Formats: sequence, structure tokens, C-alpha cells
Amino acid sequence: MTRVAVVVFPGSNCEHDVAAALAAVGVEPVLVWHGEATLGDVAGVVLPGGFAHGDYLRPGAIARFSPVMAAVTEMAAEGAPVIGICNGFQVLTEAGLLPGALRRNEGLRFLCEPASCRVRSARSVLTSACEPDQVLELAINHYEGNYTCDEATLRLLVENDQIALTYEDNPNGSIGDIAGVSNEAGNVVGLMPHPERAISPLLGSTDGVVLMESIAKSASAWAGRARRPAHAPVAN
Amino acid sequence: MSEQGAPPVHRRLGLADDEFASIVGLLGREPTPVELAMYSVMWSEHCSYKSSRVHLRRLPSEGEHVLVGPGENAGVVDVGDGVAIALRIESHNHPSAIEPYQGAATGVGGILRDVFTMGARPIALMDPLFFGELDDPRSRFIFDGVVRGISGYGNSVGVPTVGGQLTFSPTYRGNPLVNVFCLGVLPVERLVLGRASGVGNLAVLLGSQTGRDGIGGVSVLASAGFGAEDQAKRPSVQVGDPFEEKRLIEASLDLLDQGLVVGIQDLGGAGLACATSETAARAGLGMTVDLPAVPRREPGMSPVEIMTSESQERMLAIVRPDSLEQVLATCARHEVRASVIGTVTGTGPDGVGRLVVRDGEGTVVADVPAGSLADEAPLYRRPLEPPSDLDARRATGPAARLAADANRAAEWSFDLAADLLALAYDPAFVYRQYDHQLFLNTVLGPGEGDATVLRLAAPGVPWQGKGLALTTDANPGWCALDPRDGAALTVAEAVLNVSLAGGRPVAAVDCLNFGNPEHPVVMWQLSEAIDGMAQACRDFEVPVVGGNVSLYNESNGADIDPTPVVGLVGLIDRLERRPPGIDLAEGATLVLLGARSDALGGSRFAAERMKEPAGPLPGLDVVAHLELCAFVRLLASERAGELAVVGLHDVSDGGLALCLAEMCDRSAMGAVVGREAVSSPAELFSEAPSRVVVATADGAGLLEAAGAAGVPATVLGTAGGDDLVVEGLLRLGVAELHRARSGRLAEAAAHAAG
Repeated sequence: MTRVAVVVFPGSNCEHDVAAALAAVGVEPVLVWHGEATLGDVAGVVLPGGFAHGDYLRPGAIARFSPVMAAVTEMAAEGAPVIGICNGFQVLTEAGLLPGALRRNEGLRFLCEPASCRVRSARSVLTSACEPDQVLELAINHYEGNYTCDEATLRLLVENDQIALTYEDNPNGSIGDIAGVSNEAGNVVGLMPHPERAISPLLGSTDGVVLMESIAKSASAWAGRARRPAHAPVAN
Repeated sequence: MSEQGAPPVHRRLGLADDEFASIVGLLGREPTPVELAMYSVMWSEHCSYKSSRVHLRRLPSEGEHVLVGPGENAGVVDVGDGVAIALRIESHNHPSAIEPYQGAATGVGGILRDVFTMGARPIALMDPLFFGELDDPRSRFIFDGVVRGISGYGNSVGVPTVGGQLTFSPTYRGNPLVNVFCLGVLPVERLVLGRASGVGNLAVLLGSQTGRDGIGGVSVLASAGFGAEDQAKRPSVQVGDPFEEKRLIEASLDLLDQGLVVGIQDLGGAGLACATSETAARAGLGMTVDLPAVPRREPGMSPVEIMTSESQERMLAIVRPDSLEQVLATCARHEVRASVIGTVTGTGPDGVGRLVVRDGEGTVVADVPAGSLADEAPLYRRPLEPPSDLDARRATGPAARLAADANRAAEWSFDLAADLLALAYDPAFVYRQYDHQLFLNTVLGPGEGDATVLRLAAPGVPWQGKGLALTTDANPGWCALDPRDGAALTVAEAVLNVSLAGGRPVAAVDCLNFGNPEHPVVMWQLSEAIDGMAQACRDFEVPVVGGNVSLYNESNGADIDPTPVVGLVGLIDRLERRPPGIDLAEGATLVLLGARSDALGGSRFAAERMKEPAGPLPGLDVVAHLELCAFVRLLASERAGELAVVGLHDVSDGGLALCLAEMCDRSAMGAVVGREAVSSPAELFSEAPSRVVVATADGAGLLEAAGAAGVPATVLGTAGGDDLVVEGLLRLGVAELHRARSGRLAEAAAHAAG
């Protein structure tokens, strides 16, 4: 079974939910404490939602210095799927693994509410199982989800097809209605909505399943690819 | 002892002269400053329930599945499959009036500790909130601050806030009520009590350093009313740190999972004085506390300050000496401070365990029987007296006056659409600011049904198919007129709400918010409300497993309306699909279950629109109510499909008018109700109990099933169109209704600065 790490910072709170959602799509979740130097034998990593280090200073600002982040950065560089959900997205931008930043919501209030999101690019590890332009009923849960970047970066995001998800009805003032972005390679993705909260009819939506399946598919593909170089002679 | 003219120290600490005399008698000498400070906080109304205890005993607390009843940090009920729930309700009224954000935030923190101290993982918070009207700038400021405080602390600490109640009334203008309910889930074998058992065991203080915040919070702040000098009490309000609390939750549950603690207790009101004396007293033992070992936030703190500080995010764990190393290692892993501050001691020759506080080697600053602090507070039977205008208030109901006095009709607009809009606001503005979905348990969230429905599961406690239905209810309008019947009706409404989600009531907690107990009318209200609640809980077979009493809710001499709040948990044996919410569907038949009524006594319409908060309350027929509850429980669960149930909603505040309006707004769809079903304004706005509106695609089938169940049923009309129409009485566009409902609270909060 493909194994994916779920990083637990002090103050994280969505780790159990993300683990349950990964298990539901056939992935074995491995909870990894932020103080660990390595992620172990995993084929991907998810930084879950919550309030890492209490969001002190600003969300993600301290978490980027947690010991585990070196290993996360290394996995990102190797091309493994790295996904940041909500607070995890904030950590990835603070760590410089994704462009842009997340500011306070336009209305200066915390928002926990449904959000319809459109898949803009099916190229990323988070959206690879989606149809382009597919609309997903998800939920947001944040105070600092107002995505921002400079004009040049925004142009690049569009040109490089890095905008993974947009809001149908922008709830927080994000530039370009952006709900989720990837790096240029498409293997590092951050999103503010919580796909793990939309995985069962009992909870009102199953539209998060396709995103979790994308993660499972990407991790499994990467695991297959990663094994070969491990046994091959080192080039150069 | 006192300076000429200045009141004696004990009075400044909130102790009466005869209470001081009892302390001297009990110790056989004058108390030391530390002892006096500890008695003043432990014998405060807030900690000792000295005015209410004689009445609280009348509430039924026993039940087949009750594992822990009142008196511990939280009630615990066995719900089968090796799983138990822990529940508790608290108030943080006075701190929230002074400093709304921190007052509300630390209220959340305090109740979470009460629940996880039992070994339970907190999975749900609910907040019944009561403020002055929104046209009052101060009330807007408090409303906005309280909601932000709950949002800021609750979201960050990682426990979802899944519902609550919101009331605006002039009675709360000077003294808002901020209650908080918490529910936790635990494997039965993790249940642990706040007992310092085992002589020689160590008392380990976990969490925050002790600072000068919240000193005298329970005595100076929570056990006195408000006057002109309120702002001077601000230093008595504590400051919360949800990140510290989050780590404390994880560390405490980890310690319990490893079986490393023999007892654990949170530090809340009255701080170390309370935690050390209560744990020792429950075990019938004593404890020695070494103050130099208590980690402090600032230098120069006196022994009095250390023992009575209400610094937040602290726990006292009792551990065996051979477990200490593992306890310290576990805490270090969670980045939680842990310090040995004392030792459990045995009893003396008289069989009494003593709480001894030492400030350095050999310097004893307090030495008192532990039980005398915790259990021997004075017990008052304060005088009771019904209000002098009781009979007059109940004599003529608003409906009777409405019919009899034609002149009054002219004063009153008869614009029923305007009346309805004035009563309507959408609490979504509030609950959207709370994470209400964490842990993937929320099946019906706030605003979706009459009760919140959760899966019965938590991290470490896998879901086994059961569900929980939760509600908090209060009706101060009813209780102001008749606290006994009002409290009984409140319990009945809670039972109906839980039934509408398919739940069987299993346990209740109560938060009794009243005025100054030194006023005989207030004590009469309290006694009556407890009797009404006790009778209803017996009638509906609901044990009350815990509660809280908040007195001295008054400002400038005026007491609040009596506000007993009920938190009720129902068990759903098989949660296979989402129960119907308050939804409508095009063409669905609307059926009223329960008897028709035009009784307006105690209704919001009478109080807020007719300015007639008077009249007899509508009666409660217990048998009819039970039959209705049993029937709707089936409609919400196993017979939902067969009877094509689209939606269900109880008729409560605002009557049928607001019930239908909320259903219409929820589904953005109109409804047409016939003249023969609702024939008068009074019938449209009556809040008579035991009534439910059902939307179904099979009207005939529902009428037949209701008939077979002995439940009265009346066809109201049909869902559909763009307007809510009650023929001959009311026509209101649903779009207009939506704008009005959704805008009210946001606009008020936008002007929170006044």
C-alpha cells in the first residue's frame, strides 16, 4: 500500500481527518511529528490544517523552521507529491515552496462555510484525477485565506498553468479567485478548501474524494518511479 | 485589625462577617492571609453554590447509564460499545461583560479542561449567548467581541463549535450571558476522576506558568453584580492561550492513555486553592504544596497570589513516584511544562486530611482541613418570595386583550410581514465564524436542523454507526412570566429538538443564570425553575448529570430575567443517513403535527411587537408531547424514506410564522398556507409547545401515519413559489426575507465600535 506522511505540528488539528480521508482512498497515512528529521519510507506528504505553533507571528511563519521541513523541502525537490491544506498551504508559502502569500480574509472574519471550486488545471498532483472545469462542492475554514501575489507572479501562474482551483464565488478576496496553486512542476500544491471534509454522503458532499484520489494516484506513480533510481547506479 | 473606617479584609475579599466567624471557629484561631484568601475564593458563590445547593438536590441525576453524576468536573454517560460521553455546561457571564473577547475565550478554555480532565476527547462545543438589543452600542460591542473570542479560541484549540443559541433582549443590556456547553468522547476504560489518592503520590502542575491574572475572579467578579465601578474589575479577567491549551489536551490524553496518572483536575476558578483542596478532599486525604516549586510568570508574587491566581491552561495531575520520569518525558514531547509542586499526605489522628501550603523550607503559610475548603462552605436557605405583580401578569393574556380591546388594534400596525421581519435574524453570521466541521463528525450542522447531529466518534474512538443529537435551549420570556412552567417547557423543547434529529434523550446538563440571590424574588425564581426542570426531566426520563449556577446577574440593581439553559444529548442508535433538516421541496405538502393553538402568552410576538410580555403560558401536555416526540423520531430516521419526509422544523420562538420563514429561507423557496389552517394573527405567532411542521411528498401517507400514532395533524398548505403566503394574513417575498434575515447581525457587528 502506498504510504503518505501527514505532518503533525504542535497546534495542527486536521491530521486525523486527513489520515481518515487518505485511508478511504487506499493510502496508508503515517503521522510524522514536526520534530522528526526524516519522513520515513513515504511516497508523498500532506501538511494538514490547523494552527501550527499557534499561528504565532503569522500562520506558517514558525512552522517553516520545524526540523521536518528540511525533509519536506527535499521531497518537493525530488518531485514527490507535497500537498498543503489550509494551514499547510500557509506553511508552504512561508517556506518558499509555493509562490504568493495568504493574508487575512477581506471581511476580517474567520469563515467556515461551503465553497464551490472550479478545477482550472488538471495537471497538478492534487487535480490529476479531475476533469478540467469540474466544479466541486467543498468547504473553507480559515481566517487567513486571502491569496495574494504580485502582478508578474500572477501572469506566470496563468502562463505556467499553476492555478489548480478557483472559487466560483470569491469568499475572502483572493487575487484571481485563487483557491489553490501549484509550483511550476505541479508536484507541490496548496489549497485553502478542505477536501478531507467532503468525503462522505453523511457529511453532505463527496466532491473531495476526487482530490484525495488524485493524491493517491500521484503518490503511487511517484513510488513506482522512485524505486528505480534507488536500485540504479548513481549517475555522474 | 482594620484601619479606622476601612472595611475589614474579609469583607473586601467578599466574605460575610458570619462566614469569617465560621472560619475562626473551624480553625480555632484567626486565619493567616493565605488561608483567608483561600476560604474567600472557595466559599464564593461561584465555587460553593452556597445559595443554590439546597435546591439543586431536587434535580434527578440518576440513570441506568450514568457513570458520573453532578459534583465531578463533568457528567459521564455510558452510550454502549465501550464508549462513554462526558458533558458539561458553564457560564462566563461576568468576565465577558467586562472584557468580551477574553471572557468568552477563557470560558471555552475552562470547559474544555473540565471535559478532558475526565479522560474524554472534547469533540463539540455549543454556545448559548444572550445580549442586550442590537440598537444598544455597548451590546453590539459585547456581541461582536464574544463571538470573536469564541471563534479565536475554539477554532485554534481544535474543537469544533457545532451550535448554540442566540437571544437579544433588553434584560441583558447590562449583564450579558455567555454560556458554553462541551461534549467529549472517551473509551470507558480511560475514565479518570479528580482524586488525589495514594499517600506519597506526587502533585504535578502541568501547563502555563502562574501569573497575576484572574486573581479573585470567582469572588470579586463572578459573585457580585455590576455597578458603576465595573472597569476596575478588568484585572480579574483571565487571558487565554489556545495554543497552550491544545498542547495540554494532547499531553493529558497521552498521559491517560499510558495509564500514568491516578487522578487529574483542571485549574479554573480559584486556581491552585481549588484544585489542591478538591482533589485531596475527594480522596479523603491531605496534600502538602510547596510554593517555590510553582513556575511563575513574574517575580515577586505573594503566596496569596500564587494560590488564588486563575491563570489559564493549567492542570494538576496526581502521579505515582515511579511514573514521574515517564510523565515528565511525555510532557516534554508535547512541549508542555510539568513541575512537581506537592505530595499527597495521609490523615491525622482525627481522620482529617490537611492542606498545608509551604513557602520555602519550614515556612507554613496555610494549614487547614482540605475538606473545609471544598465541602464545608456555608449552606444558605435564603428567603423566597414571589413577585408582587405575579397574579396581574398572568391574569390577562395578550390574545384576550387583542380580541377584547379594539382600540389596541389601532396602536398595533397589523402589518404582519413587518412583524415577522422584525423577529427574524439568521445566526449564520455567528456560526460561520466557528469551525463546526472538524473531526468529520458534523452530519447536521448549525442552521441545518433543530438539533446538531454528530457521528459518535473521535480520534482514537472509531465510529461504530451511532450518532448524537445535541441541543441547547432557553426561553427567558417564558421563565420571566412563570419560572416553573417556563423551565419545564424549555426541557420539553429540548427533548423535541433532539427527537426531530432521530435522537433518544440520554442526559442533560443545566446552566442556571439568575439575578442576585439576596433578592427573595430571585431565589423564588431559582427554586421554581429547578422544580419545573426537575419535574420535566422526570417526565421525560432525562437524568441531569451536571450543571452550573450563575448568580448575581444584575446591573445597577436590576436582575436579569431568569434564564435556565438546558443542554441535552440524544443518542441515535443507527445513523445510516442524514436526518431531514429544516428543508422544503417544490410541491411538498406542509403538515402541522400537534394541536392548533392561538395562545400568545409569553411569546416573542406579544413581548416584542405588542409590548405585552404577559399572560398565562401555554400548557404542556406531557403525554401528547411524548407521543409527538416518538412519532417525529421515526420520521427523522427509519420512516423518513417511506413517508417521503423532506424537512422537519419545530414551532418555537416566533411561532408558525418564523418556523415557516426559516424553512423558506433555508431552501430559497416560498410556501402557501391556507386560511382554514391558520386563521388569526395569534395563531400565526403562537409559541404553544408540542408542534412541528413537516414537509413531505406524501401528505396522505403522513396524515394516516400520524392518525395511527395518535398525533393530531393539520394540512397547512404547499411549498413552492417565490413568496411565503398565509392567506388573508401575510405575504412576504423570500428574497426580501433572506436579505433581512442575513443582514441584521452582520450590520450590527459592523457597527460594533458604536
